[in-house]
Amino acid sequence: MIRYILKRLAMLVPVLFGVTLVSFSLLQIVPGDPAVLLAGEDANPDFIEAVRKEYGFDQPLHVQYLRFVARAVQGDFGISIRNRQPVIHLLLQRFSFTVQLSFLSILIAAAIGLIAGVISATRQYSIFDHASMVGALFGISLPIFWLGLLLMLVFSVHLRWFPAGGSGELRHLVLPAIALGAASAAVIARMTRASMLEVIRQDYIRTARANGLRETVVIYKHALKNAMIPVITVFGLEFGYMLGGAVLTETVFSLPGVGRLMVEGIFQRDYAVVQGAMLLVATTFVLVNLLTDIAYALFDPKIRYE
Amino acid sequence: MSEPPARTSQAAEVWRRLKRNRAALAGGAIVAVFVFTALFAPWIAPHAPDAGDLGRRLEPPSAEHWLGTDELGRDIFSRILHGARVSLQIQLVAVLIALVAGCLLGLLGGYYGGWADHGIMRAMDILLAFPGIFLAISIIAVLGPGLLNLMLAAGIYSIPQFARIVRGSILSLKEKEFVEAARAAGEGDASILFRHLLPNAMAPIIIQTTLRMATVLLTASGLSFLGLGVQPPHPEWGAMLSNARPYLITAPHVATFPGLAIMLVVMGFNLFGDGLRDSLDPRLKD
Amino acid sequence: MPLLSVRDLRTHFFSAGKVVRALDGVSFDIAEGEIFGIVGETGCGKSVTALSILRLIPFPPGKIVSGSIRFKGTELLELPPERMRSFRGKEISMIFQEPMTSLNPVFRVGDQMREVIALHQGLGREEAWKAAVAMLARVRIPEAEKIARCYPHQLSGGMRQRVMIAMELSCRPALLIADEPTTALDVTIQAQILELLRQMRRELGTAILLITHDLGVVAQMCDRVAVMYAGGIVEEAGVVGIFEAPRHPYTQGLWGAIPPAEEERETLAVIPGTVPDLSQPPAGCPFHPRCGRRFEPCDRERPAMRAVAPGHRVACHLYPEGGVPS
Repeated sequence: MIRYILKRLAMLVPVLFGVTLVSFSLLQIVPGDPAVLLAGEDANPDFIEAVRKEYGFDQPLHVQYLRFVARAVQGDFGISIRNRQPVIHLLLQRFSFTVQLSFLSILIAAAIGLIAGVISATRQYSIFDHASMVGALFGISLPIFWLGLLLMLVFSVHLRWFPAGGSGELRHLVLPAIALGAASAAVIARMTRASMLEVIRQDYIRTARANGLRETVVIYKHALKNAMIPVITVFGLEFGYMLGGAVLTETVFSLPGVGRLMVEGIFQRDYAVVQGAMLLVATTFVLVNLLTDIAYALFDPKIRYE
Repeated sequence: MSEPPARTSQAAEVWRRLKRNRAALAGGAIVAVFVFTALFAPWIAPHAPDAGDLGRRLEPPSAEHWLGTDELGRDIFSRILHGARVSLQIQLVAVLIALVAGCLLGLLGGYYGGWADHGIMRAMDILLAFPGIFLAISIIAVLGPGLLNLMLAAGIYSIPQFARIVRGSILSLKEKEFVEAARAAGEGDASILFRHLLPNAMAPIIIQTTLRMATVLLTASGLSFLGLGVQPPHPEWGAMLSNARPYLITAPHVATFPGLAIMLVVMGFNLFGDGLRDSLDPRLKD
Repeated sequence: MPLLSVRDLRTHFFSAGKVVRALDGVSFDIAEGEIFGIVGETGCGKSVTALSILRLIPFPPGKIVSGSIRFKGTELLELPPERMRSFRGKEISMIFQEPMTSLNPVFRVGDQMREVIALHQGLGREEAWKAAVAMLARVRIPEAEKIARCYPHQLSGGMRQRVMIAMELSCRPALLIADEPTTALDVTIQAQILELLRQMRRELGTAILLITHDLGVVAQMCDRVAVMYAGGIVEEAGVVGIFEAPRHPYTQGLWGAIPPAEEERETLAVIPGTVPDLSQPPAGCPFHPRCGRRFEPCDRERPAMRAVAPGHRVACHLYPEGGVPS
């Protein structure tokens, strides 16, 4: 187990190196003088020179990169030229919102996906199975932003169950969380169904039945615990996709998330914000995947007792 | 199995299985209609996509404007038909980029192994560290918004999937006897890669290509919805949806139809891709 | 009264418009404490017989269409599902061919045993655990307490089969069904497991229905033997009688096809032809297309089981009622 975790940690190193390198390169690839890009085109020359010195844009690239990483590790992502605030403040504020939204979404998606997947597998080819697989097809085919608009139209405008705008309370998050989680619920349902179908054919399920265990115990204890192992990986991936994909939901519902911050940053050429958002989201996703791998190991004794 | 499977009989068998799969046929029909529309939009569309009549803004569906008019009085039906053209173009270019680059990287990594494989796979890991559409947004952040960059972003975003799938197939195929035989017969690496390995890895590549057409459409329309992709006044479905947002309450049809178009086409590719998977590799089916 | 009495059992599988008659009229008795063997080639219906007794035939596609299975006088086929469940693992247990996959990989073996013991004996967690460890010790597992805390993947194949045997005997069933219990094991481990099964029969008085294609195992273990072919029993006798005087041409062919020691084989090259397609069984005797001694009635009339010697019955037209072999 320890060795497994260490191995995973070691695999993080090149990926994190790559992620920092990619976000670092942003300023190098975008046409223009990096110091001007960061300081803003209308900044006075003294300020631009100060930025150039501070970031080391007059130094060789590897020095610039090392400075970039050193600053990032200390939480210094520079100043947003539009908001005149340290980027880290904006990021943390917006990111915590996106994490909350994604968390609620993954809870909904996991609950719906697991239940639908298990029942579909235990009643393969039944009406429920067909209906939930058609539902899953819609889930993976619906554009999030359209689903969000439809939900808003039906549940906010017509039924008035939920507020159409605003944020800060749980009721503001319900519709966005459903829109964001629909595709994941579909993916989890499909995966759970496939995994369950595989597991309930296994010899140990026959053993459990031959031992006279109740069918509910056979399915929900003996089969589900095995079927969950591959599904756990999907949870982690889907949660990560939500962190990155929340931008569409945030835009539809006008929510203050990190995705929107990044898109606004792109439009406003606020490169410090864009750089910070790229680094934060990618690093978080990588860490979520690490946690998923550890959770995976906890579920699978073959890895836990390697 | 020492012989590569005979391809003609295999194709016939796949077609036979596909014909019996009603969901796949429905998906194939949707895809066919979509492609047809994309090719012939200028001849089918009753109106010009950018001809607006400001006196007739946001009209609901009628005999003249089947799906109503948008905020500039343009015919939504005609714009959706022309939007198919834009979508198919984006999908084809993006998937082609991903297909070529992904297959090459996967082939090289899987066949040569060692540091080449290691380097390629780590590079793919780095791309995959940017989750989902966020990767495409990050690429746009570097390249800037626009149609061409959108296609590039959606293409690069799909490279890792192809690379991984091809690499996986190659790893298992290269141990097979027909590869040994080709090598013993003195064939070079390039010949083995492209004449023996790649053709035998076609099934997963075809499946992935089809399913990826769906993902790319979702991603590209999402980017256009955000304003990062196709810019107005081009009739792109995601951009149309974005423009329709202010009129969601007064004229919901303006946002409804482009979304419906995206969903139908994505569903078509998904159904067809799933059907292909079941037909090409029946073992994968439950 | 026999412990188990199976009469005219028919289990069919329905798929793609076809009916596969996996069992087509199987009858036999097992006495208390007896080791009864069923031998035959792959696909003859051995395992379907075992699963039918426990009513574990997956439906769909399989279904017991008719017949009777009486256990200690109770008609199992008429029990409501909940009552049937209480027999499984308690009165009738089963061990399978693949010890590597028959235990649940995500639970410790002691916990898996504890669950069954607690279910059938109403014991608390602590007591059930102790009973599980005691049973592991009883099947000659050293350091039983430690093994109970292991996950299946930490144990060897032979050890897992021992655990399976311990689990299935933990509730002192009257009948243990062992479906190819040693096929997947090394030869030396095979001998140990067979010896263990014999010891357990002696110590606990458990009757065993031993299903195998290995005639060596049959000769070593069984009191009585039934030979199955194409979904039916073709010959049944005491172990001595069936080895010394096999009557049915199929049994004779099977005996002639005993593979050299240590070589595993499930196909019988010596008998020409192949096992029939059970969705279109041949008319008359199912063996007649492969039989070197077939004659006039064989392709028309299905032979009934008839006694040819005390305790020795055979289904073959060569042995008419009360007559001598023609």
